[in-house]
Amino acid sequence: MSRISLLVNGKTRVVDVDPETPLLYVLRDNLELNGPKFGCGLSQCGACTVIVEGRSVRSCSVPVSAMQNRSITTLEGLGSSTHPSYLQKAFIEEQAAQCGYCINGMIMTAKAFLDKNSNPSETEIKEALNNNLCRCGTHLRIVRAVKRAAREKVQTGKV
Amino acid sequence: METKSISRRQFVKGTAGLVVAFNLFGSHLLGQTIGQSGAGPDGSPQPTELDSWLKVGSDGIITVYTSKVDLGTGVLTSLSQVMAEELDVAFDRIHMITGDTVQTIDQSQTSGSRTMHKAGPQLRQAAAAGRQELLKLASAELDTPVNQLTVNDGVVSVVGKPSQNVTYWKLLGGRRFHVTITATGTGAALKVAEAVPAKNPKDYKIVGTSVARVDIPGKVTGEFTYSQDVRIPGMLHGRVIRPLHVLSEPTGVDETSIKDIPGVVKVVKEKRFVGVVSTTEWGAIQAAKTLKVTWSTPDAKLPANRDALYDYLDRTKSVKDQVVADNGNLESGFSQGHKTLEATYHWPFHMHGMIGPSCAVADVQGDKATIWAGSQGTHRTRKAVADLLGVPQRNVRVVYAEGSGCYGRLCADDVAEDAALMSRAVGKPVRVQWMRHEEHAWEPKGTGQLMTVRAAVDAQGNVTAWDFKDRYFPYTAAPDYPLLASMQIGLKSNGPGFPGNGYEYGTTAAGDLYAFGNQRVVCAVIPWIQNEQSPLRTCNLRAPGAVSRAFASESFIDEIAASLQMDPVQFRLKCPRNEKRTAELLLAATRSAGWVERPSPAPASSASKATGRGVAISDRDGAIVAAVAEVEVEKATGKVKVKRITIAHDCGLIANPDGVKNQIEGNVVQGVSRALLEEIQFDELGIKNVDWNSYHTIRFEDIPAVDIVLINRPELGFLGAGEASIIPVPAAIANAVFDAIGVRVRDIPMTPERVLSAMRSQPNTNAKS
Repeated sequence: MSRISLLVNGKTRVVDVDPETPLLYVLRDNLELNGPKFGCGLSQCGACTVIVEGRSVRSCSVPVSAMQNRSITTLEGLGSSTHPSYLQKAFIEEQAAQCGYCINGMIMTAKAFLDKNSNPSETEIKEALNNNLCRCGTHLRIVRAVKRAAREKVQTGKV
Repeated sequence: METKSISRRQFVKGTAGLVVAFNLFGSHLLGQTIGQSGAGPDGSPQPTELDSWLKVGSDGIITVYTSKVDLGTGVLTSLSQVMAEELDVAFDRIHMITGDTVQTIDQSQTSGSRTMHKAGPQLRQAAAAGRQELLKLASAELDTPVNQLTVNDGVVSVVGKPSQNVTYWKLLGGRRFHVTITATGTGAALKVAEAVPAKNPKDYKIVGTSVARVDIPGKVTGEFTYSQDVRIPGMLHGRVIRPLHVLSEPTGVDETSIKDIPGVVKVVKEKRFVGVVSTTEWGAIQAAKTLKVTWSTPDAKLPANRDALYDYLDRTKSVKDQVVADNGNLESGFSQGHKTLEATYHWPFHMHGMIGPSCAVADVQGDKATIWAGSQGTHRTRKAVADLLGVPQRNVRVVYAEGSGCYGRLCADDVAEDAALMSRAVGKPVRVQWMRHEEHAWEPKGTGQLMTVRAAVDAQGNVTAWDFKDRYFPYTAAPDYPLLASMQIGLKSNGPGFPGNGYEYGTTAAGDLYAFGNQRVVCAVIPWIQNEQSPLRTCNLRAPGAVSRAFASESFIDEIAASLQMDPVQFRLKCPRNEKRTAELLLAATRSAGWVERPSPAPASSASKATGRGVAISDRDGAIVAAVAEVEVEKATGKVKVKRITIAHDCGLIANPDGVKNQIEGNVVQGVSRALLEEIQFDELGIKNVDWNSYHTIRFEDIPAVDIVLINRPELGFLGAGEASIIPVPAAIANAVFDAIGVRVRDIPMTPERVLSAMRSQPNTNAKS
């Protein structure tokens, strides 16, 4: 067991865990953050995506020891249902979820993408999300939501 | 898209049921009657009590109780609309408690596109009965006859005298109705308060509008509690070590192999069941992966490959020939024919492929248990767990917590049993989530099907004979059959077991849309190779059996049209039909898609990519759908790209248009994925699809445009939108592929290799004649 300090959603959190534990289980089980989801544990589906210092990361496949003192953002760190971020708001406005289990990964991947590409084409959005799997078939709405968010971001300068 | 703004209450509603369940009725209070009315012998409320269905809170919130659950389709929002409409209250006042065996009546599991169709009227009538009682109370309170009263958002006032009023919550707030209503039948067939008049759909203000879904704000912010997110105090983590065949014996379990893994609490061994419990999830995962278990070699084998599977389906005597249609005289029909066509279609085993593996939390204390699971039917799960633990059903409470998307029977019940066995073994609550390879391996699959169609047409192009035969496996993971853990500890089926247990793979979509004079449709149930669960165990997968039968029957209709050099739409319109609505539907779809009348295939071109269009229609319990597919086929590689699918959709009365569109888009995308990409690969030892790299599903790059035409028919009531629109999609694509390249692909999935192979092997006509 090791004490590891993480900066999660702007707050310092210290956990005492097996250092090999993938970040996902620490976020979910130790910090009780439900945004990141276990989907495959293989970096294939994207349900567990979080943002580490601006980059989207599959939290199921990185050991927590590699996250020492690093800044991690989860879905909860973007906003809440009372104060959703522009991206979460776009997903609500487009009703872009069915079961919603993949949506954490869609939003977190889109967030890292939009932070680097503020005015993407539809093709670029699809490319950015292509390694995130959705089984309910919500893809069309997800693309619409990301487009809406991108428009909103350009118009209002929101982050 | 326009949706109503989201109020705070709306998103709270999405999860509030769970929060309440944890706070007030946690596992330690299990067995106490906490239902809103007198409980029956099994601990569930009685449908004849109005209080079993709804409660008027003093805070102006109306709580509705239903065993129907939201599987990610948004149906909870639609049912809330039905309740708000019938009670004449604002949508935000409705709060739903769903799928809790001590709080909700068993209205049967949530499946088969039947929630709005069957439970919609049950809840509507309960609401109508509730409104009637509230008006009686108001009548006494206001000293005015009921027919002089009007209701607006729960405020009952005297017509023409709005200041004389009283609210529902003042009349009844926090108290029970203590009223008996009529309720006959059970489950989906339950008829509730039938004699109470309900609103005329013409007067609907809430039903029929695109109210925003109550669950989405919580889902996009991490606030929603999925079954995977349930945590209770003192909870441990379990994982299962499952052999390839459930009846394999663990001949050796070497516990020293995991002595260095921190957190292991116990290796749970019970007959053939082996699991590990740990204080941490990662510890349980590591221990399950590392634990050395030697298993006996099972006798049973799977078919060696795909060809062996279809050969087995073809040559094995059926245990039951379900004769769906046997009209006229087939022999004479064939003799009247000018020509006879015949074709065979292959449909593979498919996976549901939910993104989040099954998960449950169980708390077994003595002879009582509480289970949280994403079950389609918590009452069904209760019975399974009660049988497993050997306790009465009333000692088990199952509380629904939504899982990852459900497109048919998944493993929420199996994992609930795993958790229950391990919780009993350690005396503490245990959470179990399956790993990805377990979910892929053990989720019940959609069955492979072998379908043969023969038809004759006369010189005028009339179909004089239609002979359709489908051969498939029944559900081997049937509802009454022991689940995996039950089997491993040696429980046997109480019912007839399988095959022939009444859980067949449906009989529809085999040409029954058409009223051919001489018509025979048989769905033959083929016994599974061995009577034990294997990774090819089968159960319902979205529109069970109908997607595949529609692929065969609607492809074949096109084959006939092509042989007559007739436009596929015109040919369908010419065929006698059982359902008059289909003509209007077909025209709506083809008009929207810009369909140009001509026979298939399209004139050949020298372009590297051939384009084509195809049509198909379907009926699911009265919900009818027409699909037009537009595809592009790369001639050099055989790769099919679906560019656009146009759907015309008539599911009777539409509760929530945007909700229906969301379902249609999902059905289409899943249909494209299943038609082009998906197939379970196996050999004698097991299946080869253990992750997403070995079982491909559609990705963003291949998503087609989806155009939707909704046809609302309030007079028909709700007919269900959860599954109807997947049914015609593969057939429409196959017909479009034929239109593009002039060859017929009769095997799903239509991979580039199969398309190329068809292009090489088929002459320029599509069917044997």
